[in-house]
Amino acid sequence: MPDATASIERMTETELEVRERVLVEEGAPDRTRPAPRLTVIKAAPRWPHLDVVELWHYRELLGRLAWRDVSVRYKQTSIGVAWAVLQPFLTMVVFTLVFGKFANFPSKGVPYPIFTYSALLPWTYFASAVAISGSCLVSNKALVTKVYFPRVLLPLAGVTVPLIDFAVAFTVLVAMMVWFTVWPSLAIVFAPLFVAMALVTALGVGLFLAAVNVRYRDVPYAIPFLMQIWMYLSGVVYAISALPDKWQWLLALNPMTAVISGFQWGVLGTQAPDVGMTLISLASMIAMFSIGLLFFRRSEPRFADMI
Amino acid sequence: MSAAITADALSKRYRIGELHGAYGTLRDSLAHAGRRFVRREPHARYEEIWAVKDVSFEVREGEVLGIIGRNGAGKSTLLRILTRITTPTSGQAVIAGQVGSLLEVGTGFHPELTGRENVFLNGSVLGMKRREVARKFDEIVEFSGVEAFIDTPVKRYSSGMSVRLAFAVAAYLEPEILLVDEVLAVGDAEFQKRCLGRMEDLSESGRTVLFVSHQMQAVSRLCDRAIQLRSGEIVDEGQAGEVVARYLQSVGGSGSSMAWADPESAPGDGLVRLRSARVVLDDGTTADAVDVRDAVGIEIGFEVLRDDVPVYPKIKVYDRQGEVAFNAMDTSARWREPTPPGEYVSTAWIPANLLNEGLTTVDVGICSIGTSKLVSHAGFRDALSFHVQDPGEGDSARGLYTGQWRGVVRPLLDWTTEER
Repeated sequence: MPDATASIERMTETELEVRERVLVEEGAPDRTRPAPRLTVIKAAPRWPHLDVVELWHYRELLGRLAWRDVSVRYKQTSIGVAWAVLQPFLTMVVFTLVFGKFANFPSKGVPYPIFTYSALLPWTYFASAVAISGSCLVSNKALVTKVYFPRVLLPLAGVTVPLIDFAVAFTVLVAMMVWFTVWPSLAIVFAPLFVAMALVTALGVGLFLAAVNVRYRDVPYAIPFLMQIWMYLSGVVYAISALPDKWQWLLALNPMTAVISGFQWGVLGTQAPDVGMTLISLASMIAMFSIGLLFFRRSEPRFADMI
Repeated sequence: MSAAITADALSKRYRIGELHGAYGTLRDSLAHAGRRFVRREPHARYEEIWAVKDVSFEVREGEVLGIIGRNGAGKSTLLRILTRITTPTSGQAVIAGQVGSLLEVGTGFHPELTGRENVFLNGSVLGMKRREVARKFDEIVEFSGVEAFIDTPVKRYSSGMSVRLAFAVAAYLEPEILLVDEVLAVGDAEFQKRCLGRMEDLSESGRTVLFVSHQMQAVSRLCDRAIQLRSGEIVDEGQAGEVVARYLQSVGGSGSSMAWADPESAPGDGLVRLRSARVVLDDGTTADAVDVRDAVGIEIGFEVLRDDVPVYPKIKVYDRQGEVAFNAMDTSARWREPTPPGEYVSTAWIPANLLNEGLTTVDVGICSIGTSKLVSHAGFRDALSFHVQDPGEGDSARGLYTGQWRGVVRPLLDWTTEER
């Protein structure tokens, strides 16, 4: 290729710069060959940040990875997608008997089964998103040690996968609402936002745990335990709003309290969550996500060497 | 011609602990932190090594560059840096163009998914777009020869089938720059040959190729230029044939004898220790070069420390291309009983007219027979090397022919010919 003139179109200043340039051959431009990507490989910086341009370049792989996990998940199980419904549904039945009937926990004025099922939906999503993304690097060891791609894709695919289960289990909620004649209010437009909040929180926790898991193989054992405790602090079995006011801010530090009460507000039309508390949860979510991402990106250069 | 790869002072440092992939449990780390706090122990000190140090080179577009060196010289680490699997500790490299590598064959194959699904998955793992894979799909499947099973989960494939399918995907990848590490390439000799073939095709079509290999012949045949690494540093570079020749000389020249003066650092365990090894002729002299018509002895000196199990001296002989020519072990009756402690010298005699010409390398070791495999007690890779030469006087297997003579061994057979 004689005398190619280069013009640098865009440049991002990250660990791995991907600069694209347009090469124009003298005379007739060569249309058969795409412009080569210029990749700069250098030492990892101390304070990395997320390269969104690169992530966009790899979007197709994200889709493939998520799709792979979904299809593998249901391929070898005999009742397949029914698991997505059975798990929250049976938990709901048990909770209704134990906490609703015997303990008589507060349920915001809706029938206890529907109260707890509508809380279990985002919660089950969150718990499996954390479990999948928290162990994604180790479970994809062959990929991590053999090919390059932005590692963030793995936890990202990990939190996407349980959305399918969530959608399936959601249809049962609709059926229950018809049965109990509970109707949503206009606030239903906010429900997806609270699900997104669960996703970002799960991603933050998952990124952190995934990076820790590369070094310590204890993580998969710790996750179920962590999730169990976390559930009782999130208002799945009782209404958080029934607790003393002076503790509300402390509980709000757990983003899942906002997710669950917000989701219930949207879907069931229960009392709207306190704006102040929701903002605390939102700030806490951003903090968790940032810490998780930063920790992940800082550990990233050593994943392939240590895993 | 512009540069396809420019490496500038690339370096990679490992801590020894990391290199072995050691991962602890949280408990270990907490316990260690606790001890440090209580006894005021210093931080654990890691030994550091530079797997790649200050490596600079340039590969021009369309050039084929070979990288040679002994095991552990840093070749694979360099390739891992260039494929961005790991980051360098310092220095930088600029790569112009899409990179593909044949060392990732089958990466991301999932046993539960069908062949079809895996082709798409593997394609996108290797950086192909969905449309690109879809366009080449039929060709890929045809090339792999598994058409009939393309909708069967890969877990039902034989290992040969899944390797063929995986290779087909990689072969239809059309990178501008191809990285090949023959050591890491999975699969049998047949498969490695296909990797080499594919590499040749690509280099002929003007692609840039970086080729890491132990097969010196392949390097001098396929590559334009070569660099030699030793302990992570470039020690030689230039025209491929010349670099290979100098490398072989440096490996072969010092290789006809070895001695471990300090018993503490000699290879071995609590049972056996190596003391010396050398290449001998029947007059007892040490030799670097051996006439193909003469028998050559591999002498191993070792020390048995305890009376435990019978141990056997063993050699493994490689031909000039690094292929195992044969293994041999002393199985005489004296080794049936547990070997009494003491110093021994064993010599294995390789008959005349057996080895082919060229550089022969030998691993020496002492082993015992375990339940299902040999247990190595002391061993040293590439301990010895020597050149086998044929003066061409017409009384060896090649007769008066002086051209290339292939084969791991070159026996002088008895021929009978009758005229009918």
